[in-house]
Amino acid sequence: MLVFVAAAWPWLFLVLLLVFFESWARLAYGVSFVFNGFNAQSIALFAAAPLLLGLGQTFVIIAGGIDLSVGFVMGLAAVIMARVMQSLTPIDPGLALALGITVAFLVGLVPGWINGTLVSRLRVPAFIGTLGMYGVARGTGFLAAGGTTVPVNNPWLFEMGNGKLLGVPIPVLITILVVIAMHYLLSQTRFGQHTYALGGNRAAAVRAGINVRRHTLLLYMISAGCAGIAGLLYTARFSAGAAQAGEPLLLDSIAAVVIGGASLFGGSGTIIGTVIGALIIAIIQYGLVFIDVEPFWQFVAVGIVIIVSVLIDQSRERLTGEIKDEG
Amino acid sequence: MKAEAPLLRCRGLGKRFGGVRALEGVGFELDRGEVLALAGDNGAGKSTLIKIISGVYRPDEGEILYDGVPLHFDNPRAARDAGIETIYQDLALADNLDVGANVFLGREPEARFLGLLPRIDRKRMRAAAHQVLETLEIDIPPSKLTEPVRNLSGGQRQAVAIGRAIFWKARLLIMDEPTAALGVPEQRKVRELVHRLRQQGVAIIFISHNLQDILAVADRILVLRRGRKVGELSRAEATGDEIVRLMVGG
Repeated sequence: MLVFVAAAWPWLFLVLLLVFFESWARLAYGVSFVFNGFNAQSIALFAAAPLLLGLGQTFVIIAGGIDLSVGFVMGLAAVIMARVMQSLTPIDPGLALALGITVAFLVGLVPGWINGTLVSRLRVPAFIGTLGMYGVARGTGFLAAGGTTVPVNNPWLFEMGNGKLLGVPIPVLITILVVIAMHYLLSQTRFGQHTYALGGNRAAAVRAGINVRRHTLLLYMISAGCAGIAGLLYTARFSAGAAQAGEPLLLDSIAAVVIGGASLFGGSGTIIGTVIGALIIAIIQYGLVFIDVEPFWQFVAVGIVIIVSVLIDQSRERLTGEIKDEG
Repeated sequence: MKAEAPLLRCRGLGKRFGGVRALEGVGFELDRGEVLALAGDNGAGKSTLIKIISGVYRPDEGEILYDGVPLHFDNPRAARDAGIETIYQDLALADNLDVGANVFLGREPEARFLGLLPRIDRKRMRAAAHQVLETLEIDIPPSKLTEPVRNLSGGQRQAVAIGRAIFWKARLLIMDEPTAALGVPEQRKVRELVHRLRQQGVAIIFISHNLQDILAVADRILVLRRGRKVGELSRAEATGDEIVRLMVGG
């Protein structure tokens, strides 16, 4: 029973949160929190960016690594995309958008390739290698932006960031598509299976003939690619690129992965879990604003959730005998 | 390919690491259905020798004939493709994956999702895992088959590792300290497994520090000391004292 609760806890917590805010909204304001199109939409938009970063992060963390550079890689991609589109939009807005999207994605892959090479080939610890890239991407982003934000006046871009399809904001739709692709990749393919193996027992993965170096390189490129997509959605939503676009999102992305049940020691985690984790964070942040709590409590609440989720994860391992305490 | 050629014939194998000679002029033969034990103190070159045969290291000197054909493995995968499977001391299993996933690690079968996307065929993996454990008469409750292998006992995990080798039609099985981490009843189970494999015509090389193990399952014993072969005994002539004398020299 306890094991079950521990395994299902992110779902449980998500439901409890919704029940809490729903009751509060009904009692205090006589309105619904959950069954309210505007709220649902806002939460989804709120969750989209940290979730995108969290998707790539999930792969990296399952394999036993971590990517600290995602926030500023996102900012760098946003800025470069805005720069490209700024100069091309007067010529052809459609072409500018197509090129901007391509460039944002490709720009993301470069830091990913460097991260992956550092970690896989040069054996730099992931924490240090990606921390270095955190600084490099941050500086490069601000340099490319000239220290300010880069506005783009392109109607197509605006539509992509603010339009809706069947009542769902386009950025949310794009995020859902990426979620589905990543979920499939992780849970259904050999690539996903090897990612788990790598985090479970690296030596076993090597001996099983898995090309561990190439695999690690690809993991960091996936992470950076997701950051690139987050960056391009940021530029689309705000019609401007900013180097600091993803600055506050790094910790949210790691938090989403951890709340979703992944272990920072590698070997476990799921995309669904990360989605739940990102939703939990977004609901706490949005819900507290909704019920008029001072915004700084958000940090306290999210921080407590992270700590509790790690404690629950550890107790789960204790319950199933995975951790043998010496003390 | 001559039918009477031994499955494995090593001649003059040597390997250096920097200035250290880890292995020098080691040669031996091994036939199908034969069990060879490697004995030797720490640093005698046992691990180096099996790593050369399993394709992890390339020898600096000497040659290996496998089925009468010279071997040139660049990596462990090539060795596995040739039917040489190795089971390492620290259990080369991914603890977080289930039995089927471990049996197929690195060689997962794929099906098509919607006739289009490649997708791991978990059903097939599970069925094959079940079947291989059955042929080896390994007792693992079906409910455990879908759990991470860390929930299995040491002996069951060793059995999974052996089962994996057999599933992939190992013709030569290399085992590094297969019983080191096990309790006495589980050690006995692994010995039984070795016997069963030999009857099926699998050639086996195993490293052990356990003289009881060696005397119980080996047909021949090859003793190494400081990278050189110092003796090769048949089981009939081997005694624990003799093996120890050769291992420590004197």
